[in-house]
Amino acid sequence: MTAPALSGDRPAALPKLSLKLGDIIRIAVIGLIALGLMYVVWGLYLAGEPLFAVVVMALLIGIVVVFGARQFYTGRFVFPAVTTVLIFIALPVLYTSYVGFTNYGARNLLTFDRVTDQFLKQREIDKSTERPFAMVAADGGYQLFLPEGEGGLISEVFQLDGAPVTVTLQPVAAAPGETMPMKDVVKFRAQLSAVSARLPDGSEIQSSGLRSFAKITSVYQRQDDGALLNIADGSRLTPDQSVGFYRNDAGQTVAPGWRVHVGFDNFRRVLFNDGIREPMFQIFLWTVVFATLSMVLTFTVGILLASVLQWEHLRGKAIYRILLILPYAVPAFISILVFRGLFNQNFGEINLILNALFGIKPNWGTDPNLARATTLIVNTWLGYPYMMLIGMGYLQSVPSEHYKAAALEGSGPVRTFFSVTLPQILPPFVPLLISNFAFNFNNVVLILLLTRGLPDIPGTQIPAGQTDLLGSFTYRISFQDAGQSFGLAGAISTLIFIIVGIIAYANFVALRRAAEARGRG
Amino acid sequence: MIVEHPRSLLWRKFLAHGFLICFIALILFPFLIVLSISFRPGNFSTGDLIPRVISLEHWSLAFGIPYEMPNGTVAQPPFPVILWLWNSVKIGVIASAGILMLSMTAAYAFSRMRFKGRGFILDGLLIIQMFPAALTVIALYTIFDALGNVTPIFGVDSHWSLILSYLSAITLHIWTIKGYFDSIDPAMDKAAQIDGATPWQTFRYVFLPMSVPILAVVFVLSFIFLVTEYPAAAVLLRETDNMTLAVGARQYLYDQRYLWGDFAAAAILSGLPITLVFLLAQRYLVSGLSEGGVKG
Repeated sequence: MTAPALSGDRPAALPKLSLKLGDIIRIAVIGLIALGLMYVVWGLYLAGEPLFAVVVMALLIGIVVVFGARQFYTGRFVFPAVTTVLIFIALPVLYTSYVGFTNYGARNLLTFDRVTDQFLKQREIDKSTERPFAMVAADGGYQLFLPEGEGGLISEVFQLDGAPVTVTLQPVAAAPGETMPMKDVVKFRAQLSAVSARLPDGSEIQSSGLRSFAKITSVYQRQDDGALLNIADGSRLTPDQSVGFYRNDAGQTVAPGWRVHVGFDNFRRVLFNDGIREPMFQIFLWTVVFATLSMVLTFTVGILLASVLQWEHLRGKAIYRILLILPYAVPAFISILVFRGLFNQNFGEINLILNALFGIKPNWGTDPNLARATTLIVNTWLGYPYMMLIGMGYLQSVPSEHYKAAALEGSGPVRTFFSVTLPQILPPFVPLLISNFAFNFNNVVLILLLTRGLPDIPGTQIPAGQTDLLGSFTYRISFQDAGQSFGLAGAISTLIFIIVGIIAYANFVALRRAAEARGRG
Repeated sequence: MIVEHPRSLLWRKFLAHGFLICFIALILFPFLIVLSISFRPGNFSTGDLIPRVISLEHWSLAFGIPYEMPNGTVAQPPFPVILWLWNSVKIGVIASAGILMLSMTAAYAFSRMRFKGRGFILDGLLIIQMFPAALTVIALYTIFDALGNVTPIFGVDSHWSLILSYLSAITLHIWTIKGYFDSIDPAMDKAAQIDGATPWQTFRYVFLPMSVPILAVVFVLSFIFLVTEYPAAAVLLRETDNMTLAVGARQYLYDQRYLWGDFAAAAILSGLPITLVFLLAQRYLVSGLSEGGVKG
């Protein structure tokens, strides 16, 4: 801990020469990275993501300053790590909370500009102008031919390469000798959609189908006040920025909508809307119960096994140890799915055995209490080896004299455990137990892979399950069920972040205490 | 213990072994069942826990080899398991290498340099790592969706996006490596400094060679963590061929398409390498877990 403080400056022992090759390479690399990031900033800005553009811009400036200027030599060691954590942990946490204040979701996915653009891009084919066409292969390109009586209209030779092109049609007396067969024309369907043909009367027609060209007009036209006028029937769509939708003349909202800030609306829904609040409260209670029971069960089983394994008269410890930590060694996503299969109501091997032995087939999947028991059984199975491994380490630090003294006093193993062992190993365990609680509080993977939150709580507005944890509930709102609502999910996540923040701080204080206790001992 | 009575000792030994054997039997039951299922013909339980007919159907499919059924039809492999395993390993190795680079340079600075905000950043890392990544995937998705507009390399459904986001899993590793660096004798850097080494050179030529064991441990730890990561991978990877094992394995057990037997073989095949790596590394893992986090 008493390391000499190396100052950030280069030691004076190195003579400062003029620009060395290393410096040139360094500056060149920084320049290249800066250019690349500049391109990203510009792209993000054009894509309508000013927030992320600012973040990347800040990153760019940070890199140039820290790696360019000599006085930030120390910073070069820390900057990459800290920036990564900020961008991929802190920024997402903040952004998720921010989304909680918007109506972002499947119905309000895009920005206002993109939605308006979609309306303006809607096209209508004027059926009265529709007419058949043919393509003519010519030297160095193709010609468009629109038959009209004996003759027709024919264009100049043009390239059919997908680039937008406007061709002018001239009347001809006779049809060209040979037109391309239909199957060849079909191949050029995509390229043909970029072709616009100007008729002798000045109007323009475009490809309106496999066999026809027609006049294609926009459905909507933007008015000066921001409303969209339907050119055909004269109705108007008025943007309503408070809900993020266009409203028609009758006042109804028209999809698609765009993202707008809705203040505390989502939080109000979570806290005051009965259809959401009641299942939320139930899920919150279950989350706390689940995390507490998981912690207690894994700790109990783990310490029990650790105590037995530490017993000096026990032989074959190494083999027992390896076998006992297997549940921890197998990737969790595999074992959870294995349990999903084993607990399956109809095809699962557990019910197969229970049926053969006792003639019962418990409804693991549909009975709320059994489903909850399943999650706890599986989570204990997954989590006890960690507690056991850590416990074995701490048990070794209990002085053997204490055991001898207890034995001399005539204390049995159970009493010795509770009055000698436990009081000594519990304090260093506290931070681990707190982080275990926090981990299980958000054990989304277990729930998503094992029960997917099912069975559902009846009579709720949004799908909520009896085994859902707050986290998996949020995850489902965002990604799985119909009507994804990122805004609502963001609001619930924010509440979870606050809870986690409190737990994290408690854990931090506990860690500090443990470290101080170690320092003293 | 000296004072114990021999007969009661024998009795207790018997109890202890009995308890452990029963417990292990219970714990290992799922593994044995899955092993048996993987050799059982068909995808539904047939009533035998130990299959009467041994069938290599599921194993063949897991390896991606079409299997000819007894009735003459040829079963095609439902999913590219080996490709998924390769994706997992590739992403795990590249991201772990990146994590190692980021965390060891930072750990060196935190251990040996004095700068403003050092304690604050260290404490902040400890607190920030408790925030559940599973809940920020909406934001992660939005970030990469936006970046994808600029370049598809860092868009949704790209391995590089996932790797980039995985680089943030460094918080605890910084603490672990820092704990190790702290235990290196300060006289070492003093000597290097006197010889005219810059801090970077001290780090590169003195600290790195001395820390190979702890760096290997961190690499393995982070590899195991990343290979088994689910929420972010599930959101960022969409195409079947792009999936990692953690995301893909779930595809077997949808209610509409329940491939229990195929899953069993694929699970063993893909879980085995990761399990072995873990068992080899577990001794270090424990010391890393209990020491790294607690050392102040």
